[in-house]
Amino acid sequence: MEANFWWVIGGVLFVLLNTAAGLIWLERRMLALWQDRYGPNRAGPLGLLIVLADTIKLFFKEDWIPPFSDKVVFVFAPAVVVASVLMSFTVIPFGPNVVVADWNIGLLFFLAMSSLGVYSIVLGGWASNNKYALLGAMRGASQMISYEVFMGLALMGVVLLSGTFNLREIVEAQRGLWYFIPQFLGFIIFLIAGIAETHRLPFDIPEAESELVAGFHAEYSGMKFGMFFIGEYLGITLVSSMIVTLYFGGWLGPAFLPGIIWFVIKTFVFISLFILLRASMPRPRYDQLMEYGWKVLFPLSLLNLLATAAIKLILTDN
Amino acid sequence: MFSLIRSMWLVFLHMFHKRETYQYPEEKAPLPARWRGRIALTRDPDGGERCVGCYLCAAACPVDCISLQATEAPDGRRYPGFFRINFSRCIFCGFCEEACPTYAIQLLPDFEIAEYDRQNLVYEKEDLLINSQGKYPGYNYYRVAGMAIDGKNKGEASKEEPPVDVKSLLP
Repeated sequence: MEANFWWVIGGVLFVLLNTAAGLIWLERRMLALWQDRYGPNRAGPLGLLIVLADTIKLFFKEDWIPPFSDKVVFVFAPAVVVASVLMSFTVIPFGPNVVVADWNIGLLFFLAMSSLGVYSIVLGGWASNNKYALLGAMRGASQMISYEVFMGLALMGVVLLSGTFNLREIVEAQRGLWYFIPQFLGFIIFLIAGIAETHRLPFDIPEAESELVAGFHAEYSGMKFGMFFIGEYLGITLVSSMIVTLYFGGWLGPAFLPGIIWFVIKTFVFISLFILLRASMPRPRYDQLMEYGWKVLFPLSLLNLLATAAIKLILTDN
Repeated sequence: MFSLIRSMWLVFLHMFHKRETYQYPEEKAPLPARWRGRIALTRDPDGGERCVGCYLCAAACPVDCISLQATEAPDGRRYPGFFRINFSRCIFCGFCEEACPTYAIQLLPDFEIAEYDRQNLVYEKEDLLINSQGKYPGYNYYRVAGMAIDGKNKGEASKEEPPVDVKSLLP
């Protein structure tokens, strides 16, 4: 039992980090596909070795710490994002028996850890001592505060239906019907909040290349920048796998494939959706983003919660 | 909201479109005939150099990348003693081609002149001279110009009348 446990941890870490690196290649190829280009196709078969080349380049770049920065925080910040995202993965059930920590507070732990991720943006932007970085960090913080609220509220619908915070049991409860049908509104809200949570393209206002140079990581180079990069791709994987776990039945699926394969397939569908969003969406102004969050999505998520609770009450009374 | 979903769908449909990329080293882009690329010195139909060393190209060149030295051959033809183009300076504007009165200097549809060593981008006359008449086949400067050279006196060029003897009183 003990040995098996270590295999799961090692396997999850190995697969996740490689997925995050491979997503760099996947994203560039997919974006190219949707923009009628080829993308990286020279290094290795289908250009797959571009991942290796990128990694080597990042490792050998000068790891510059600006003399005007807050050095301790500057070094600390990139580690926070990767650590917090990797911590969130501990509660996700990848397969019937493949889960690192089978906790009864799994969903709360995910919310807590994904909120911690914003510290890396705020601290990184603050420690850089650069006005663009600080502006990016402020935007990141305000975006996180607005979107974290109804992200949690949208998830409460799932908790109401399944009656548990344990992600494994939530997946088991979806055996009859995947939750994206009874919780369609909640799914849409969680998807939008998840995009905002990972700072992906329609909502990448903390980074905003065209306005803020590179936002909170403008001063970062070398592997510290690489950590932010990996953290972003891990975040995409995390939100995709959370959507799959909560709304699309996790590892459930027809029996001819093992559960973990179903999980991976569904997750990659949502990762591709994230990339498609990047290929097609313009970036809103950040006040538009706040307005949309507080005035539209927040009431909607409250409504969703109330309606779910009411229906659940009526059904249990009968 | 619906416009966003519509644009997502339209972008998704691009998956099935033809890709626009030229896979360059294997697949070359078609260059138009008037492409302004590598500069060459052309020859006339007899195989002689067209350049008469008038310096107009060097004067027209906005970045001063052309240098040459006019020389005269014993038969009366002028030719450049040396002709040097520094392609690391050249901006391929084509002014030299426009300035040239004898169609000697021409820009060719060829851009593959990259070098690892900057000094290799300085082309001498033997690198520039090509064994071709370029864009103006059949044009021979000394056959249409009134200048006298060995074997062709004044008045013997094509479409040229013999010179009028201004000292004769007879009409």
